[in-house]
Amino acid sequence: MSADLIIVLTACLVAVAGSLLGVFLVLRRLSMISDAISHSVLPGIVAAFWFSGGDTATVPALIGAAAMGLLTVVAVEVLVRSGRVKNDAAIGVVFPLLFSIGVILISVYFRNAHLDLDAVLYGEIAYAPFNLVGVFGQMLPESLVLMGTLTLLNAAFVGMFFKELRLSTFDAGLAASLGFAPGVLHYALMTLLSFTTVGAFEAVGAVLIVAFVIVPPASAYLLTRKLSAMLGLSLGIGVICSVAGYFVAMAVDASIAGMIASLLGAVFFLCLLLSPLDGVLATLYRRARQRDSVAARQLVAYFFKKGREASLSEVAQRFEWTPRQTKRAHHYARKQGWLSQDGVTVSRTPPGMGMGHASD
Amino acid sequence: MNVEFLLSVFTDYTLRNVALGSALLGITGGIVGAFAVLRRQSLLGDALSHAALPGIGLAFLLSGGKAPLWLLLGGGATAWLAALAMITVLRFTRLSEDAALGTMLASFFGFGIALLTFIQNGSNASQSGLDKFLFGQAATIVAADVILMAILAALALGAVMLLFKEFKLVSFDPAYAATLGVPAPLIGTVMTSLAVVAVMIGLQSVGVVLMAAMLVAPAVAARQWTDHLGKMLLLSAGFGAASGVAGALVSAAVTNLPTGPLVIVAISILMIFSLLFAPLRGLLWARISASRRDRNLRESTRRIVPPLGHLHDQGVQHER
Repeated sequence: MSADLIIVLTACLVAVAGSLLGVFLVLRRLSMISDAISHSVLPGIVAAFWFSGGDTATVPALIGAAAMGLLTVVAVEVLVRSGRVKNDAAIGVVFPLLFSIGVILISVYFRNAHLDLDAVLYGEIAYAPFNLVGVFGQMLPESLVLMGTLTLLNAAFVGMFFKELRLSTFDAGLAASLGFAPGVLHYALMTLLSFTTVGAFEAVGAVLIVAFVIVPPASAYLLTRKLSAMLGLSLGIGVICSVAGYFVAMAVDASIAGMIASLLGAVFFLCLLLSPLDGVLATLYRRARQRDSVAARQLVAYFFKKGREASLSEVAQRFEWTPRQTKRAHHYARKQGWLSQDGVTVSRTPPGMGMGHASD
Repeated sequence: MNVEFLLSVFTDYTLRNVALGSALLGITGGIVGAFAVLRRQSLLGDALSHAALPGIGLAFLLSGGKAPLWLLLGGGATAWLAALAMITVLRFTRLSEDAALGTMLASFFGFGIALLTFIQNGSNASQSGLDKFLFGQAATIVAADVILMAILAALALGAVMLLFKEFKLVSFDPAYAATLGVPAPLIGTVMTSLAVVAVMIGLQSVGVVLMAAMLVAPAVAARQWTDHLGKMLLLSAGFGAASGVAGALVSAAVTNLPTGPLVIVAISILMIFSLLFAPLRGLLWARISASRRDRNLRESTRRIVPPLGHLHDQGVQHER
């Protein structure tokens, strides 16, 4: 395998593993708690690094990160339940403390070692091809093996519990009353997210992983109202941006993970602007049409009441419309066939106005 | 750290700047953040501060130098853009506020990292040092920076004083504020903009990654000690300033230790202490008085109602 291929594959796996969980995290309004977890696993990773004497230690790191992730969730819940701190503020104080402890430990103990602050922020995915590990007698890149395993784990979880996840995401109360345990699924998601953060730590760093988890599902959410489509779209967006991000980063000589995150952000803004469902342009167009439609109905109703002698300028005066508004309303009514070609006789009343019955 | 070192704050040029800069950040962050916490928008600061990073990179590329004025303005500009983008997302889509925050935070920060690494890998010789904006490096603050921070802080605090009544009303009851004719959305935007100003002050001393906590933790700690908004603001400013100075001094004394994390640990200690031991709302006192109530209730029950064991014995006897 060439080095390029390994890096691109690793990035794609991070995107896939992240999106699989991210779809549910976004829908469950857990985006910021996942941001918090991705920060607070840092002391767990540092502790594992320290225990293992400076080697990359995968299993202790996974355990440490899961412990820190769950500690974050529990600490936020304890603070909220104490009634002294609101949910958002609780998140906002828990993860900075844990992340700070991690950063201080790195600065003090690992200044010139393999673990440094750059790696925390944006990973060292360019080193992915060089750390090899033996699997079934074959030497494979460690990050690829780790991310592959985590992707399979997340896929298995989402595949096996898709029904339960869907139910508890959209109606937690019903899920609980049917005997599913929403709490168990919640903690399972949080644990898998902590694992995924550790797995992605070397590749994209603790801070940028949240871009891979949250941004593709948020973009997909703007494009569809169907859960399976949202899942498919976010996987697609994640993979395409990972591949494209790698080549752009190579071309301009910048951080690969940072460039992938930038592209993911760009895709989100494109969806925000252009999505036919929720996009800014579509919404503005829809609102303008709604305004015209209402005005056109007012116009037709006025003509219907006054008969032939009414004029457009009279209507405009009556409703205090600008000439442009009048023109648009008139145009809309003509296009719908509500007014006749000369523009002042009602040829057909708009649906739902019930004026056809008035002549009976 | 000994007394001589602490006293040198007043004499040593570097330490004086460090302490002043961090104190200004603590005061502004504490006061502006209090409103964010009361409005349940604590995490807005997190998104805003992360979103300042690409602005710093862009300002560096455009101005070609590291003049703090341009870097701070650049950071403030992109943070503000992120806030506007978030408002757009919330106004046009059904995406939840929390997903909008997360998306803005991650994409702006990702772009910032890409820019920063692009600049670092480039051939520009004066690039070193931009990464201090990630976790802050108090020791690099000079007198000119302190003056800039003071101007920004004066701007923010002046706005708070001028609009105090409106801020108070909109924070506690936006609907009532609207019925009184206060333009609540506009006041909300002003409060968000002040958070951007606080972020700008904190860029050098705490950095973009951990700035969020400077807007949340002092207010959470202050809220424990009082039910009065004015007192809460003063306390919050005090806590923020104290932890800012403490963190910055430790960072300046120990070589190369980034300031941001130290300041956050300091304010977190203050906050945890307040959560546990504050006289009115402290969790420890709540626990003690709850257990005392429990004991009193059990004792008075025992005095009035015959002991349960006794009743049970009687019941068993009756059955026989």
